[in-house]
Amino acid sequence: MPIGDSIPLVGVRWDDVLFVVLAATLLGSALLVVTLRDIIRCGLALTVSFASLAGIYALLGNPLVAATQVLVYIGAISILILFAIMMTQTKNAPIRLVFQTQAWIAAAAAVVIAVVIAATVLATAWPSGGQRLATATADVAHMLFSEYVLPFEVVSVLLTAAVVGAVYLARREDGRPEEDRS
Amino acid sequence: MSNSLDSYLVLSGFLFAIGTFGFLARRNAISMLMSIELMLNAVNLSILAFGAFEAALKTHAAVIALLVIAVAAAEATVGLSIVIAIYRNRKTPLVDEYDSMRE
Repeated sequence: MPIGDSIPLVGVRWDDVLFVVLAATLLGSALLVVTLRDIIRCGLALTVSFASLAGIYALLGNPLVAATQVLVYIGAISILILFAIMMTQTKNAPIRLVFQTQAWIAAAAAVVIAVVIAATVLATAWPSGGQRLATATADVAHMLFSEYVLPFEVVSVLLTAAVVGAVYLARREDGRPEEDRS
Repeated sequence: MSNSLDSYLVLSGFLFAIGTFGFLARRNAISMLMSIELMLNAVNLSILAFGAFEAALKTHAAVIALLVIAVAAAEATVGLSIVIAIYRNRKTPLVDEYDSMRE
């Protein structure tokens, strides 16, 4: 049984409900990422914000990008960040001071950026039809391998270089015993 | 609301501002990298929003977003391994204690 465009009795469109819920989850978890004291919880909140962003991509009619977001961000980058947190946490790390001393200036700068972007967006008349367009995955594949084939190859080289560089940087030097890290 | 470009762009701007605050205010290097990921995601959201509302940009936006995601993955890999390498030398993940060039 197909469900209608809008919620019965209330008359609110499902799209709008989904957008509001996902946007609130996104902004709330992003705020938790930058304000929580326990850094492991920051990492978990970051995963939640990636997931809600994948939902927004699907709402925008981009199922391929939404799936890539889940695979790459939730599957790879979150796990990488959680591993890095576990490797750099010490028992006697200072918990109480998570912010720099100039955090208030940073907050003011962030508020200014948000206000400026919002004012600019709302003051501009965007030439849009007011209807979301879905993107066909086959079109994306054709364009990726015809018009964008050079950037695609450059990205493959970049990923290879990043993997080699990461292994080189994080490698432990041989012949030097690991110091005792209490 | 979900059918107007403005709401997506404002959402992306707020996400970018939150990422900026985190990058400037946090002391932990990994928290700063997480904030950079938030900012990259905000930019990706605005690219896809333009693609969804502008017929001429529709497919380009998805391709560019995929490329940005790949570059962000490379950036996270190298950034986190640099943080781990510094941690191994200095025994602290806090960026305001990386002050050896000041002395």
